[in-house]
Amino acid sequence: MTTDIDATAGKYLRDKYAIIGVGETTYTRGSGMTTRALGTWAIKNAMDDAGIPASEIDGMMSYSGNDSTASPMLAGDLGIRLNFYMDVQGGGSSSEALIGLAIGAIEAGMCETVVVFRSMNGYSQVRIGGTGARASVPVGGDALHSAAYGWFSAGQNFSPTFMRHMYDYGTTPEQVAMVKVIHSEHASNNPKAYYKQRVTVEDVVNSRMICKPLHLLDCCVETDNATALIVTSVDKAYDYANTPARILGVAGRVCKPRIDMHFQHGPISTVAGYYIKDLIYRNAGLGPQDIQCTGAYDAFTFTSMLQLEDYGFCEKGEGGDYVSSGIMRLGGERPNNTSGGHLCEGYTHGMNMIIENVRQLRGQVDDYCPVDGNGNKQHTFNYAEPSAGGGCRQVPDVEITQNLGWAMPGTGSSLIMRKG
Amino acid sequence: MPQGDYLGMTLTVLDLDQENLAYFQHCADHDFHLQQCANEDCGLIRYPPGTACPWCSGREFNWVPVDARGTVHSYGEVHHAIQPAFRERAPYMILLVELDTQSGVPTEHEALRVAGNLVDADGNFATPDLVKQVGIGSRMRIVFADVADGLALPHWTLDEDGEQPDAPWRYPQEVNGV
Repeated sequence: MTTDIDATAGKYLRDKYAIIGVGETTYTRGSGMTTRALGTWAIKNAMDDAGIPASEIDGMMSYSGNDSTASPMLAGDLGIRLNFYMDVQGGGSSSEALIGLAIGAIEAGMCETVVVFRSMNGYSQVRIGGTGARASVPVGGDALHSAAYGWFSAGQNFSPTFMRHMYDYGTTPEQVAMVKVIHSEHASNNPKAYYKQRVTVEDVVNSRMICKPLHLLDCCVETDNATALIVTSVDKAYDYANTPARILGVAGRVCKPRIDMHFQHGPISTVAGYYIKDLIYRNAGLGPQDIQCTGAYDAFTFTSMLQLEDYGFCEKGEGGDYVSSGIMRLGGERPNNTSGGHLCEGYTHGMNMIIENVRQLRGQVDDYCPVDGNGNKQHTFNYAEPSAGGGCRQVPDVEITQNLGWAMPGTGSSLIMRKG
Repeated sequence: MPQGDYLGMTLTVLDLDQENLAYFQHCADHDFHLQQCANEDCGLIRYPPGTACPWCSGREFNWVPVDARGTVHSYGEVHHAIQPAFRERAPYMILLVELDTQSGVPTEHEALRVAGNLVDADGNFATPDLVKQVGIGSRMRIVFADVADGLALPHWTLDEDGEQPDAPWRYPQEVNGV
């Protein structure tokens, strides 16, 4: 899959931008505060992480589904004078896309350093699963062809894609359940994770059915939280506190044909990653075999599997084998979602998986390992649960990571980073 | 403006939404129609209603009657309903039925895959027993649920005249009796 593009070339702004700071709030159900307060908290944590003052940030971007607070309020609160801001509609796959747009804004001379944030009370206000107020809105226009059929929530919308993959390739519930099992192992070593309990395949396939083929434990957690990261150019990136995570390539909101209703253009068990891979690996100048750690969006167990398959981490149709083989477990060849992801850590539309990979690249993942006198983690690489003497979730010697963002089967984004 | 209450939801077709107005008027007439591109070099039929041709970008089209029979291409089966009025109807099926018309055209994996719920021949939501009889490969015909003047929703029921597979493909795990 490696392309023949010269990795030293300046094309696609490869390696010229970096993430210098990351931050988040506590993952809760019932934050007891506004998305404005949550967002301010996450951005301040990212600023403190980078050691960057408000005076050196002049750009801000966010995304939401009318469930957040926009940049001007947060910038004002934090004393950040903006040369550029943009708040867009969107959920999953927006994180990577906005990082790409932040690079473009800086490259265009519109600003120099950009905060990207997502702030949401995804459990206590606008429930991401669609229950509550969202379930009772009037139905009109194009939604007459979907919501009117009780085809409304993310799980309901995606289920024909997931079901068809089982039909086409013989993928089993037990194989897919391993995504949750492995992410729960990772979450057990993440002090921030909302669900830290390790689960088994039996736990997943015996949990109650939500929407076939999705059991309760195939679905992600709904949480209240905000997340933030800071993007700047490489010529500035080394002025701050951390080893930068340098951006090798990005692709944003890449779509399958007929995105108005993508089921018209099959195979419907193929997802947007099929198209993204041609952009992202060209832009980054490498291929999936070079990736050491993935962050494959896990709104559902199936979403991680389908993406890993269509990006080329395994042959088409072999996603069930890939996710159940142990490759993506800590200690395996290519761990996935080492924070526990959306299935266990918390739900924040992909931002937390980018934050996790930034920390992986620094070698400073915030697990249960001891900290030395200089404040650096002394990782043990023992991935057993803390109670069994483990508690580590750092991938050894990780140099290159990839995020696989997901909005829906037909739309996704990606980000490849390297250790600075 | 066609508007009506349906399963606790207010369904509305705006007067300026010409494409959906015509589509749902045909459904209200129980006479399934879709848009056919008027470009002589194209002539492809599209679903759902849209404002141009996804294959040639042509804006001109004609409404044409379409034989609304087909095969279940995939499905979801909702056991935990989100919208309140669907709760008492769970488990219910969301079907994607691939019409015989224009299947595999213009390329192998393209088709008209029309959404709807599984209903019985009278248009009532399927019972749990009926749900278990339908899967990928089942042969279906369209049924309309009347909502208001100018507005009916297309649904799917087993085609009594169709040749049904011995065992349509169903999700391989039955959990807790469901």
